[in-house]
Amino acid sequence: MKSRRFTPYALMGPGLFWLLVFFAVPMAFMAIVALEEGSIDTGFSLTWQWANFSDSVGSFDTQFLRSFRFSIIATLLCLLIAYPLAYAIAFKAGRWKNLMLFAVVAPFFTTYLIRTLAWQTILTDQGQIADFFRTIGIISEDGRLLETDSSVIMGITYNFLPFMILPIYASLEQLDERFIEAAKDLYSSSRQAFLRVTLPLSAPGIVAGTLLTFIPAFGDYVNATFLGGPNQAMIGNVIQDQYLRTQNYPTAAALSFVVMAVILVMVLIYIRFAGSESLMGEETNP
Amino acid sequence: MSPLSRVWRWIREHAVMGVGILAVAYMLIPILVIAVFSFNDPKGKFNFTWEGFTLSHWENAFGIPELTEALVLSLQLAALSTVVATALGTLLAMGLVRYQFAGRRLANLLIVIPMATPEVVLGASLLSMFVFIGVDRGFSTLWIAHIMFSISFVVVVVRSRLIGFDRSLEEAARDLGATPLTTFRTITLPLLAPGLVAAALLAFALSLDDFVISNFNSGTTVTFPLFIFGASQRGIPVEVNVLATLLFVLTAIAMGFTVWQQHRAEKLAAIRPDDDVDTGLAALASGQRPVAGEPDPRPGAAS
Repeated sequence: MKSRRFTPYALMGPGLFWLLVFFAVPMAFMAIVALEEGSIDTGFSLTWQWANFSDSVGSFDTQFLRSFRFSIIATLLCLLIAYPLAYAIAFKAGRWKNLMLFAVVAPFFTTYLIRTLAWQTILTDQGQIADFFRTIGIISEDGRLLETDSSVIMGITYNFLPFMILPIYASLEQLDERFIEAAKDLYSSSRQAFLRVTLPLSAPGIVAGTLLTFIPAFGDYVNATFLGGPNQAMIGNVIQDQYLRTQNYPTAAALSFVVMAVILVMVLIYIRFAGSESLMGEETNP
Repeated sequence: MSPLSRVWRWIREHAVMGVGILAVAYMLIPILVIAVFSFNDPKGKFNFTWEGFTLSHWENAFGIPELTEALVLSLQLAALSTVVATALGTLLAMGLVRYQFAGRRLANLLIVIPMATPEVVLGASLLSMFVFIGVDRGFSTLWIAHIMFSISFVVVVVRSRLIGFDRSLEEAARDLGATPLTTFRTITLPLLAPGLVAAALLAFALSLDDFVISNFNSGTTVTFPLFIFGASQRGIPVEVNVLATLLFVLTAIAMGFTVWQQHRAEKLAAIRPDDDVDTGLAALASGQRPVAGEPDPRPGAAS
């Protein structure tokens, strides 16, 4: 059947068209805007200002480095929390399994902003937690929990934790337990069996989870807005501010481009390093 | 096994579960706080400290016109973008799973990269385009943006369903003289339905929840998250907590229903992607040639 050859294009045409016009083309427009010169009052013109890239990164290097620091720490914290939890759900939970899975996805049932605002309520200066921390001396008498690096990192960790848990859980759930039994039959200790069988087999989940957590965490500005102060501003805050308040479009576009580039490079390095071809939704061949 | 190692083993086994329970508490505490503070009776504008119990905000749930309008707008937007995103995403998934064609890798990339792009970049690039060509931002630009970021997620969900799909039922229908359209309508669609419902729910939730991309492309249109953001400076009304709690309960019920429906669908017929199908796919994936002239069903065959 000759018509068969065109069937996939007919099926995929509309969706690919949408992604092309509203994802890929805007990226190109952003590249052009990043090379423009001018201001919102005088108008912008394309003068191939390559210096926009170095200038904007130079002016906001603090926020860039902070975004790296916050998102890397938060990703590590997510991994530390998510692995035992995913492991517990997959192997130990028994009849509590569904309830624990529900708890993992439950945050998605409320709005992202409201979840973050709930942490604002919890950590507020007048709150019980802040009082308790002052009493036991973790923070000083007039110390605050909000507007600190820790509060922002904690918020990011909270908001992106499910993205770490779910892929790790999926990879542990698929794990053929006969491999672990075989390792034990061959006289490996539980610890050896974990380190040499379970952990390597769950690596694709760890890789996917790390990427799914790091990427949104790096660009995030909601947590820094609600849980941080001026000293916690991340690169997302700058981009938002430059676009929507200052309306300095070239700088904002250049910064967005650098963020995109940084993430692509880090993802590629990470995948090389972790040695996995599995990137979001791509099945690894058995 | 020595008593000491038995104790050690007990501690370690329960340590994993202990960390798990702590993590679960960490996930749930903010949600609990939202619900509890919907019954708060704050004296000032800020709903940060517990002042006393009241039901008045629940009785007044839809009493703030701007808030209700924003929520209704968000629900309309989510519904409209879900319909389009689910349709486009399902077609994409079918093309990807069932056909070999030139450019398949590129198509895959175009679907995966939006998911690997931070929201702030997605929002900013769309705004760049709209500003560049002079499009006013409003409901339609929001609609475009929400479809754009939902499509990829729909593809992922529907594709996983399609990979475990028993195609012999479709072939049987075709052998019995059904047209491709009839086969699609009476066989493919009903069998795919649970996957479609899950994908649509995900798209709906993503749209309803989106703040960052909407913030860039909304113009003066106010969605539910944008209302909350605007109100956060001057104190968020308790009614926001009430509506958030209501939404939480409704979503939880919808999700419970989908899970139940999926279980039922799997039980109902022999369509369940059971071990045999998986083994078959694994055999195909490990190198067995598919029948000539048939599309290659191997997952990720071209990638």
